[in-house]
Amino acid sequence: MTEPTPSTSPTHLVLRSLPIAIVIAVVGAFLAFIFLGSGPPTRFNAIDITGSGYADDFQLTDMDGHPRSIADYRGNAVMVFFGFTQCPSACPTELARSAEVMRRLGPSARHVRMLFITIDPERDTPELMRNYLQAFDPSFIGLRGDLAATAATARRFKVFYQKVPAGDTYTMDHSTFTYLFDPKGRIRLLARPDLDASAIANDLRQLLAG
Amino acid sequence: MKARLSLIPLLAAFAVGAHAQVTVSDAWVRGTVAQQKTTGLFFSITSAQGGKLVAVSTPAAHDLQLHEMSMKGDVMTMRQVPAIDLPAGKTVKLEPNGLHVMMFGLVHPLAAGETVPVTLAVEDAKGKRETVQVQARVEALGTPHTMGAMSGSMK
Repeated sequence: MTEPTPSTSPTHLVLRSLPIAIVIAVVGAFLAFIFLGSGPPTRFNAIDITGSGYADDFQLTDMDGHPRSIADYRGNAVMVFFGFTQCPSACPTELARSAEVMRRLGPSARHVRMLFITIDPERDTPELMRNYLQAFDPSFIGLRGDLAATAATARRFKVFYQKVPAGDTYTMDHSTFTYLFDPKGRIRLLARPDLDASAIANDLRQLLAG
Repeated sequence: MKARLSLIPLLAAFAVGAHAQVTVSDAWVRGTVAQQKTTGLFFSITSAQGGKLVAVSTPAAHDLQLHEMSMKGDVMTMRQVPAIDLPAGKTVKLEPNGLHVMMFGLVHPLAAGETVPVTLAVEDAKGKRETVQVQARVEALGTPHTMGAMSGSMK
């Protein structure tokens, strides 16, 4: 007479919930396969600008006089920084950080290129750039263009620069982001000047892993 | 007596040394490579009674200027400043990411390990000028000085 109705029987509850549990388990496994099956989800320290349509390429000349574009470095992750060798502050700081990134990458550094694009081609001769960059890392590559090519490249990368008079000479104001390309030559990340070397090294490892 | 000495800059320098009105420490210059005509000079400076740093000179470069680097968004800006205030008893750090001295027209490249003689001119509130001689050591160009993380780390 007080027999429980079928709907409140614990056994029946389990039976009724079983299909839902199975659906949840299957969907969960599927999602896990999607997100974990192809490695951990990428989480970059630098700003992700993949597909943003700028900073995509350049046409410049290396220190040996060879014409270069991003395609020439395909197969390597690439760091790009705009600066000038008479710079007392941001440029040596950033180049020292890039040298530290290369040290932290260890053997993987073989697959990373650091490109220093001068915004001061009037004073930054190929020879001066070579001497200067070697003080940080012998693998660093200097790129330059004439004034028009320099301006065009800066526009393409949304880099700001301008001469500032200083006595009978000048110094330069300029943007200080570092641009990171993946081994397929695609622009991926923008690193702020205060991002530390280990964070950038981690991002480069992810770009190298694909 | 001191007021009279200050009329003669050379003697004034000795007077300052004896009274330690202005003390300078951790003076260093970033090393350079061939053809590079510009670099930065950095140090910590304290004026016991307050004043301002108005001029810097060295035989190693033709033109020394006081500059301030600052970040406006992601853009590094450089501006010449007429003087650097030295509040009484407060140590002011000249460093790559702030106030510093620009050395233009280097006479020759500066190699790590060299020392560069530098003369600093400081004016007190009454406009009396004192000079201080320091030896700045040259550090390797590639020496890391992390943005914002270098205060007090110079030894």
